Amino acid sequence: MAHAEAHAAEAHAPQAFIWKYVFSKDHKVIGVQYYVTAMLMALIAGLLAMLIRLQVGFPEATWPTLGKLLPRGFSDGIMSPEFYAMLFTMHGTIMVFFVLSTAPVSGFGNVLIPLQVGWRDMAFPFLNALSYWTFLPGCIIILASFFVGAGAAAGGWTSYPPLSALQGAVPGSGTGQTLWIVGMVFFIASFTMGGLNFLTTILNLRTKGMSLTRLPLTMWAMLLVAVLGLLSFPSLVAGCILLLFDRHFGTSFYLPSGLILTNVPLLNPDGTPLHAGGSPLLWQHLFWFLGHPEVYILMLPALGFTSDILSTFCRKPIFGYKSMVGAMVSIGALSFLVWGHHMFVSGMNPYLGMAFAVFTMLIAVPSAVKVFNWLATLWGSRIQYRTPVFWALGVVSLFISGGLSGIWLGQSAVDIPLHDTYFVVAHFHLIMAGAALFGVFGATAYWFPKMFGRMMNETLGKAHFWFTFVAYYCTFFPMHYIGIAGHMRRIYASGRPIGYYEFLEPLQEINVFITRSALVLGASQLLFFVNFFWSAFKGPKASENPWNAAGLEWTTPSPPGHGNWPGEIPEVHRWPYDYSVPDAPKDFVPQTDPAPIGARAGGH
Amino acid sequence: MPAEALEDRAKETPTHSGGGRPESRCGAPGGDPGPGGTGILGDPALFGVCAFLGTVTMLFVGMTSAYMVRRASADWRPLAPPAILWLNTGALLASSAALEVARRRFRGWDLPAARTWVAVTGLLGALFVAGQYGAWRALAAQGIFLASNPHSSFFYVLTGLHGLHLLGGLAWFAAVASRLRRMTLTPGEDGLRLFAVYWHFLAGLWVYLLLVLFVL
Ligand code: HEM
Ligand SMILES: [Cu+2]
Repeated sequence: MAHAEAHAAEAHAPQAFIWKYVFSKDHKVIGVQYYVTAMLMALIAGLLAMLIRLQVGFPEATWPTLGKLLPRGFSDGIMSPEFYAMLFTMHGTIMVFFVLSTAPVSGFGNVLIPLQVGWRDMAFPFLNALSYWTFLPGCIIILASFFVGAGAAAGGWTSYPPLSALQGAVPGSGTGQTLWIVGMVFFIASFTMGGLNFLTTILNLRTKGMSLTRLPLTMWAMLLVAVLGLLSFPSLVAGCILLLFDRHFGTSFYLPSGLILTNVPLLNPDGTPLHAGGSPLLWQHLFWFLGHPEVYILMLPALGFTSDILSTFCRKPIFGYKSMVGAMVSIGALSFLVWGHHMFVSGMNPYLGMAFAVFTMLIAVPSAVKVFNWLATLWGSRIQYRTPVFWALGVVSLFISGGLSGIWLGQSAVDIPLHDTYFVVAHFHLIMAGAALFGVFGATAYWFPKMFGRMMNETLGKAHFWFTFVAYYCTFFPMHYIGIAGHMRRIYASGRPIGYYEFLEPLQEINVFITRSALVLGASQLLFFVNFFWSAFKGPKASENPWNAAGLEWTTPSPPGHGNWPGEIPEVHRWPYDYSVPDAPKDFVPQTDPAPIGARAGGH
Repeated sequence: MPAEALEDRAKETPTHSGGGRPESRCGAPGGDPGPGGTGILGDPALFGVCAFLGTVTMLFVGMTSAYMVRRASADWRPLAPPAILWLNTGALLASSAALEVARRRFRGWDLPAARTWVAVTGLLGALFVAGQYGAWRALAAQGIFLASNPHSSFFYVLTGLHGLHLLGGLAWFAAVASRLRRMTLTPGEDGLRLFAVYWHFLAGLWVYLLLVLFVL
């Protein structure tokens, strides 16, 4: 029973290793399980990105060693075009869903929600454990798809039909695509269980005094992420179900007639077309109705982490708390109205395109509100330069630079030439991938004490930040230029007879630079892994509140035991951003301090 | 079963929820009510079930929009509903009604009657599933299969999807019924409530699907 456990706190903590750390129902253990799994997936997806870049940067080279390691993807040391398509498909899929929807949301969400709202555990601990144990098979299925049949899915992370709907379209359209769908269904099931827990815990179970307007912005982000996920993922489930039927049971939801595969028309024995009347665009609608909210599922937690971290290390209350909440809510709401901006080239009615463009522009307003609030928080503050704040500043930087190109792409007239070029790759790697990734690194450095009871190493952390920050911009910023010059994305690179594009020739130097930067970027992540594992086992022990932060989670031991607080759950008397309050004995006032000082003490 | 035994049990475990009862009751340390206080926010289990139904709703909203798009295409051939569907609909609605009667009886400590009505609920539910299978067979007998035309595709997919949710509901039903038999539900309280929310939702969903498939 969910809360029988909550009562018991420490006394009823499971003792056997397997129940304590493997099949645990404790939110912190589950959060760390999610986090570690996601980071390992990140490692794999990152390696896939390195392979993509090697091919684009050095299309003429042969890679005999790689060929031996990955015999299925190379012949005579030359990467096959089919393998290239599998690489970018799986890189994108794993990064979006299994890394950056997982580490910040399922990872930090699980670790932080009960600690920040003041409860013993999540609302439904068993469901929570089940969620992780549904996620893990999903990961295994997705990874296994490389090794079965003709290889992994190759239709892009968006899996547009007919490539994804015809089993014989490309090698990856066979078993690989089926496993892609099945893996995604596992992922969505686990995310749904998590979302139900997030929503219920944050809305129903908070300690005394923790009104909604006293929630840290991270909690608002988690709340919205749960809502977005619960409302938008079903659309992809519906899409996937119909796709499975088209693939395996001969229906025609997405498949029109007149299909020809390797010069053979697809016909029934009686000469009628095998498929008829379906609409490939239908999939695009179902996919992007999820797809756009999904990018905010990645982003919102990072925006929440950034607000919390900036406030702590600037020693200032977050500027414009209510407008921050309002901005996140309106970003969340608008995200359901803009999916069409991914489909400007689909031949949609130009007036419809204009409506989608207008809604897309509208999102710039709350986004700008967030940026200005962060800048106002930074204004005139004496920043304490610890690792987490670097990452938070990195998020702000990426959010601005990636957001600006979003304004370009949101206009249908501008998007039409830029669509499917490297400009788009630059845009979404800065704003979605970059901001979310930096948010995860910042949150890791900041909440590490609550996860492992130890501190991360500052020197390694800062080195990791600077290498990543510089290499990240060097990798992705030049992509804007080659994109404007017309470099297509998802294209087996120029060079060999099979993929030679004369007009790409002059861009090759930039491509080499990008690849070198990407390799530096990839290699610098070693700093993180070393720091992470070393600190988790050998780092200096953390005190209860090493950053002198005001939030409720910093009143628990580091790491918190089973049940989080050894005694009663403390009552909350203020918001979590009371820093540098005049008349306060210290430069922060913990959320649990009843003293009637500060911006948000007493009622509210 | 002697009702006294149940009464004893109820006295023994006044605070410890036997199962169906929302666990929120004993959630807060020292009996703090959650901040949600009363209503659905004070009842995490009910809230969780409703949120789940929200996402199930979105699944069928997604399916409906796919249906609308596909129906606009030229090769759409409307399907005549197999007559058995109306019987099935009656069975499912009756099942929902029976569940309501069971809840009333249960709250009123009339255990034998509650058991009977719960059994009726389950039987009618199972009858519905069997009837849906019958509808599939009837269509197949006319030579209308999954891939025959878009309307039949949607018919099989949507009834199948609804049927899966219903089978899940029957599994839940089995758990509730067995708790009722082992008397780990406290009479007088409304241990059938969460299940009822789900079950009624499925009945409503079915009526909605009928409307989408054959009336609109
Ligand atoms: C380690 C740093 C990374 C590098 C060097 C990198 C590089 C690349 C490259 C070269 C492509 C292929 C573009 C093309 O198809 O021409 C790509 C695609 C993509 N990447 Fe990354 N990436 C990185 C991190 C990430 C992260 C963190 C995400 C998380 C969201 C991400 C999401 C995607 C997506 C969604 C695609 C599109 C896949 C598709 O076209 O279907 N990437 N990336
Ligand atoms: Cu979008």
